[in-house]
Amino acid sequence: MPSKYRSPVMDRRSFVKIVTASLGSMMAAIVGLPVIQYFISPALGKTGSDDWISLGSLDNFPFDLPTLFNFNITQVNGWERSSMSYGAFVLRKEGQDPIVFSDVCTHLSCRVNWDEENKEFHCPCHNAFFDANGEVVSGPPPRPLDQYEIRLDGDQLFIHLTEG
Amino acid sequence: MAENVFSWLDERLGLKAIYDTILDRKVPKVNWWFTLGSASLFLGIMQGITGMLLSVYYVPTPDHAYDSITFIMTGVQFGWLIRGIHHWGASLLILTAFIHMLRVFFYGAYKYPREFTWITGVGLLISALGMGFTGYLLPWNQRSYWATTVGSEIAGTVPWVGDFILRTLRGGTNLSALTLSRFFSLHIWIFPAIILATVGTHLYLVIRLGISHIPDKDS
Ligand code: HEM
Ligand code: FES
Repeated sequence: MPSKYRSPVMDRRSFVKIVTASLGSMMAAIVGLPVIQYFISPALGKTGSDDWISLGSLDNFPFDLPTLFNFNITQVNGWERSSMSYGAFVLRKEGQDPIVFSDVCTHLSCRVNWDEENKEFHCPCHNAFFDANGEVVSGPPPRPLDQYEIRLDGDQLFIHLTEG
Repeated sequence: MAENVFSWLDERLGLKAIYDTILDRKVPKVNWWFTLGSASLFLGIMQGITGMLLSVYYVPTPDHAYDSITFIMTGVQFGWLIRGIHHWGASLLILTAFIHMLRVFFYGAYKYPREFTWITGVGLLISALGMGFTGYLLPWNQRSYWATTVGSEIAGTVPWVGDFILRTLRGGTNLSALTLSRFFSLHIWIFPAIILATVGTHLYLVIRLGISHIPDKDS
């Protein structure tokens, strides 16, 4: 190449390399950043619920016996409506407001069962026991069973379901 | 630091040699028509990336396919962009590959010793069309449903074996869930596997034989 065409700063090769690298990175960023959003946006969306759930009349629940109440909530997840099932243990005691426990184990979220014989909640996943008041008796759970906020309307019991 | 890491890897993997063989090879004086193979390759890679991303949300069943596409377009951020690139890239890829083929034809670049490069190229073009045909059904909307009805009906006009081809394409007499899931499988597994192997051979040959020069008076 005649020297009057030659750049004093860089040769043709380095110029092409730099242009290719910067155009390439720009294109990668233009496509790459939206891809991150594309992946995580369902995680950021609000699928949570904030509802008062009716458990019906208090008379349905015997005294001193944690009684399981199952209910389903329909949620729209992406392109599908799916029914999520929940369980709540209602414990009534004479002269006190009822206590409503979530049946979700505070360890790693398996569902606990009431074992009437031993008067304990049992979680089968890692063999944990909670007493009738939800306190941890043994096993790995870090805290007592969670309780729902409740509301009484006459003899009608409601619990507050908040998620997300 | 980076220098050290690179030379450590290079000593073991021979990176410099790979770079020299693939990117620093000798080429004759060429023109812009010679970029179309690389353009097709780039578009093919983009189809692969955006396709994988679409499969994050897409489901190939008649009851959810359409809804999952609607969700991609309206419920996921930048879903329209990913799908848009995949949608338009598909047509553009066919276009670039086809013009690439015309260039090879008019420059006589398919002649000895490059006949097999041409043959793998034909395989690539057919597979790319297969990708287009199978991908078109996946949104499961009116257009894709009837396009596949018509397309498989055309295949059905082949003498003797037409009916067999039609049924094999559809997975039965009619378009159904079976059609959708076999088209999906062809679109994301079978054709991509064929294309990967064929592109590999095609590029190996291009590098091994070098690019032919533009024909001059002597040739
Ligand atoms: C999926 C589509 C394809 C891809 C990704 C692809 C890729 C490439 C690339 C990167 C080159 C290097 C030279 C150039 O870019 O011009 C090339 C050369 C070549 N391609 Fe393709 N190609 C495709 C389809 C085809 C088709 C459809 C044909 C013909 C039927 C074909 C026949 C050839 C031949 C014969 C060469 C050697 C040309 C020469 O040495 O001058 N290719 N291809
Ligand atoms: S999840 Fe209940 S004990 Fe681990």
